[in-house]
Amino acid sequence: MEFSELIKTATVESVLLSCVGLPAVKGTLCITSHHLLLSSCPGGDSQPGTLELWLLIRNVDAVEKRIAGSSGTITLRCKDLKVLQLEIPGMEECLNIASSIEALSSVDSVMMMYPFFYRPQSLKLEEGWHLFPLEQYFQRIASQTSQWRLSDVNRDFTTCPTYPPTVIVPAAVDDDTLQKAARFRQGGRFPVLSYYHCKNGTAMLRSSQPLTGPNRKRCREDEMLLGTILDEGERGFIIDTRSAQAAKQARMMGGGTEPKSSYPQWRRLHRPLERGRPLQESFIKLVEACNDTSINMDRWLSRLESCRWLSHVKAALSTACLAAQCLDREEASVLVHGAEGTDTTLLVTALAQVILDPSCRTLAGFQGLLEREWIEAGHPFHLRCARSAYSHARLKQEAPLFLLFLDCVWQLSRQFPFSLEFSEHLLLTLFDNAYASAYGTFLCNNEKERCLCKVRESTHALWAWLNQPGEKKKYLNPLYSHNALVIWPSVEPQSIQLWQGLFFRWIRSSQYLDEAWAEVQRLAEGGDPPVKESVESRLSRSLSDPAAQTENGR
Amino acid sequence: PHHVRCVENVKLLDRYTNRKAANGTLYLTATHLIYVDASAEVRKEIWILHHHIATVEKLPLTTAGYPLLIHCKNFHVAHFVIGQERDCHEVYTSLLKLSQPVKSEELYAFSYNPKMSKENREIGWKLIDLKVDYQRMGIPNDYWEITDVNKDYEVCNTYPPEIVVPRAANKAVVIGSSRFRSRGRIPVLSYLYKENNAAICRCSQPLSGFSARCLEDEQMLQAIREANPGSPFMYVVDTRPKLNAMANRAAGKGYENEDNYDNIRFKFIGIENIHVMRNSLQKLLEVCEMKSPSMSDFLTGLENSGWLRHIKAVMDAGVFLAKAVKDEKASVLVHCSDGWDRTAQVCSLASLLLDPFYRTFKGFMVLIEKEWIAMGHKFSHRCGHLDGDPKEVSPVFTQFIECVWQLMQQFPCAFEFNERFLLEIHDHVYSCQFGNFLGTCHKEREDLKIFEKTHSLWPFLLQKKQELRNPLYRGFTAYKELQPNTLPFSFQFWCGMYNRFDKGMHPKQCVLDHLLSSMSQKMKLEDNASELENVKQPSSCCAVVLAAAEPCWHSTVPQHSRLIPRGQYAGGGQGFGRGRS
Repeated sequence: MEFSELIKTATVESVLLSCVGLPAVKGTLCITSHHLLLSSCPGGDSQPGTLELWLLIRNVDAVEKRIAGSSGTITLRCKDLKVLQLEIPGMEECLNIASSIEALSSVDSVMMMYPFFYRPQSLKLEEGWHLFPLEQYFQRIASQTSQWRLSDVNRDFTTCPTYPPTVIVPAAVDDDTLQKAARFRQGGRFPVLSYYHCKNGTAMLRSSQPLTGPNRKRCREDEMLLGTILDEGERGFIIDTRSAQAAKQARMMGGGTEPKSSYPQWRRLHRPLERGRPLQESFIKLVEACNDTSINMDRWLSRLESCRWLSHVKAALSTACLAAQCLDREEASVLVHGAEGTDTTLLVTALAQVILDPSCRTLAGFQGLLEREWIEAGHPFHLRCARSAYSHARLKQEAPLFLLFLDCVWQLSRQFPFSLEFSEHLLLTLFDNAYASAYGTFLCNNEKERCLCKVRESTHALWAWLNQPGEKKKYLNPLYSHNALVIWPSVEPQSIQLWQGLFFRWIRSSQYLDEAWAEVQRLAEGGDPPVKESVESRLSRSLSDPAAQTENGR
Repeated sequence: PHHVRCVENVKLLDRYTNRKAANGTLYLTATHLIYVDASAEVRKEIWILHHHIATVEKLPLTTAGYPLLIHCKNFHVAHFVIGQERDCHEVYTSLLKLSQPVKSEELYAFSYNPKMSKENREIGWKLIDLKVDYQRMGIPNDYWEITDVNKDYEVCNTYPPEIVVPRAANKAVVIGSSRFRSRGRIPVLSYLYKENNAAICRCSQPLSGFSARCLEDEQMLQAIREANPGSPFMYVVDTRPKLNAMANRAAGKGYENEDNYDNIRFKFIGIENIHVMRNSLQKLLEVCEMKSPSMSDFLTGLENSGWLRHIKAVMDAGVFLAKAVKDEKASVLVHCSDGWDRTAQVCSLASLLLDPFYRTFKGFMVLIEKEWIAMGHKFSHRCGHLDGDPKEVSPVFTQFIECVWQLMQQFPCAFEFNERFLLEIHDHVYSCQFGNFLGTCHKEREDLKIFEKTHSLWPFLLQKKQELRNPLYRGFTAYKELQPNTLPFSFQFWCGMYNRFDKGMHPKQCVLDHLLSSMSQKMKLEDNASELENVKQPSSCCAVVLAAAEPCWHSTVPQHSRLIPRGQYAGGGQGFGRGRS
């Protein structure tokens, strides 16, 4: 396939671009393989004061066109929730531009995506891909206990296609047992170590559901694997992220849950968390309500309630707290799973680690956590983040679990404003990049696919860009001070807020809040106020894609 | 004869966590209920001012004993369990009496003695001078004058002696207009926007009924309009819902007929009355008190209470006024029924949006003195200071304070003070510890001799300025008019007010404290540096003059935020701490 076949009209003059809260700009619109560009200056050379739009076409979630007379309006609803409007002179041009954007934005082949073409000069390709090797994480554990070992049973992805080649497992269990246990777990996701709680030697494991099925099948190896984790008389907890009812019903489909009789030392707790379609619909409804500026107070509150997003935030935080409580207070090991073990399972294990482990709350530590517990752990980013809240396309496997995780971390940062080294800005950037990115970090669904596509060899890592000294500063929390304690959040409804910085990012003006943030920075650093940004640079930053801007700066 | 007693073995239940109940001793002093937690490792005390108690309820007997549930006006809820029925009943009846004084003289302000000299007390009352604020607006000028036509309260007994009216309105017009306005509350100036001469004026509803007219009142409005030569018209804003205003016509009251007044644009705004607001708050508090509610329970309850809808209505009205004055350059006359509830909310909010002075410590005090205290907001009735008609109680001032807080959320650098300043003021509106909020109007405060017998709140707050300031404040000139976003999502539930005493719900680390302490450290460093400077140079006389202008309250007032000094308790005075009396 050639991109040029998809582009029906490459340039149109005198296009008017408008975006809520910003002055409209007129300029030349240009479509390239991956970007939609608008330059207010005909020569294309950016001069001070010229506004430029660099929009990654992958970021477009929905294209709506309206023809009136000889001209037309295209509304672009983006995955990062921003909404742009293009007024295009000429009906044909308008239709051509719209269908070009539609075609380009729905190219589904990973290797055709922008990260495979993006080559910024300031970065090297291999940079940032091996910052957080599991070996290094394991060394920390190995220095405390010999109960765990690294296993490369999955080196060729045959034991479990969605696990990374290397996993941490109980030292007493050999690879042969692992392979057999894997056959008893959906998708081969046998129990592996997610987190080792150094304070008391308890462990958090994760897996998928056991394949007990209607005939209550058992698997000696799986029972043994879980058995070796607990000493005699010790008790562990299994946190099942489905309701007891749903777990029972899963038996009819060949799944199920661990029966008490086969796993006598484990106590099962059911904490149903929403995922899949209902979660995506919750996200869509919330964004709809946020964008409806005509509703009154009662209608707003009732829509906020009925979309249930905040209920999902509360449930996710509560369940993560439960897992953390089992480890830290009950001093018991925990196994977390739902059905596939790639969605709510990872939400709970990753969140519990932010709550428990201060090293996950640093900028580097948090990147490591995402790498380990989301990316390598096989959260299917490509499927889940294919479409965002505006898409009219039929829902397939989209679900905003990663966004829900980021929202929960934001709630933690609000309740513990000094305990996270990174700021809201990082969470927003991660959200943007998970849905559309110039970097390869969130591409594909698992490590096996990443290997096949040669993501590590052919794309840049997001971390390499984030960690550049000049860039990194933007993501730091000026109030951070190391807090060795567990950060137990309040999950009362009064303590949970709607994440305005994300859901209203493009709807409300953030000028006064930005000024407050600059003031906090100034006070915390005890220095002089930061150099005031010019209005133009703020506008161009808010309009353009950060990655594209880097490119633009070449 | 103060009845002081103490009850031991009293449990205090924690509403939200399932932690073990505290066990301790309850003391009743003349002014406070004090609970000392004996089970805690660190001595913990809870002080509840009797005046803050809104309701006391005896709940059905439980296995732990006799429960006593106390709701406070500052939204503190204390759930005690007392071992003996007789003790419980005695505490109950004592609190009922102590929390609902019958006579004004029984109010705390008349016995509160911070051991301050008479002179300083008097200076304290002079700290806020409304004339200075009118001067700041440029009044008197060609169009406006300060008149003492009400010096004997003959025009209006709920207005202060001095009021600002258009020069063009002579005494006959004033008197005539007063006969046509409910309770004689004639149109007077609330705020003059110096930039363009547009004014905000306030009054009560006209006694128009279905057809009555009053020439003087029409002249009065004309005079107000003509005091702003830049605009050919003025707004008359009735802050009530149209139906309520229409119903008033049957009682010989009502609203202005556009045909009878030259060049007015009449508009209803639709803020509900005190009864609706009281019920709304009641519902909100029930939501706040739910035990482990789900997110849906909470949001549904919040919606059903209507509270944020009312807050938005008040804010919308304030924004409308500010826009009319600033953007349309038109004067606005505002009223509701009597012009002391909704009118006070809306006028003070508009001033706050238009003028950065009112966003400073001093300015905010002036604003409250001017629009609320002087203009006769009936604090005594609305706050239920005395045993009286419960239907007169309404959270009108609370709503104003909340609107200010909502603005602080949108403009974190625009206010000199922080959230705690608002909470302090809110506490003291109910505490009756200071004279400012006693009674219902200026005349009544004179009759009560509060200026002779009580202290003013403001110097006490100024003295605590360090902890009440906003570290993010960018100064007087950083923002002029504020244009808040009034879309529904811009209004948040104020956990810090309505669940203020449920510490577990609040952020576990406090940015405000952190910034305040880093600021005070910085200031200490700067002070040291400037002291060194002063050694080198002869001391500047300017600094000395400034220091003398504000009396030093330091030595006379306790430092901490309690309502009465802790020392009183620690000293074991008045016989408590000795077991049963």
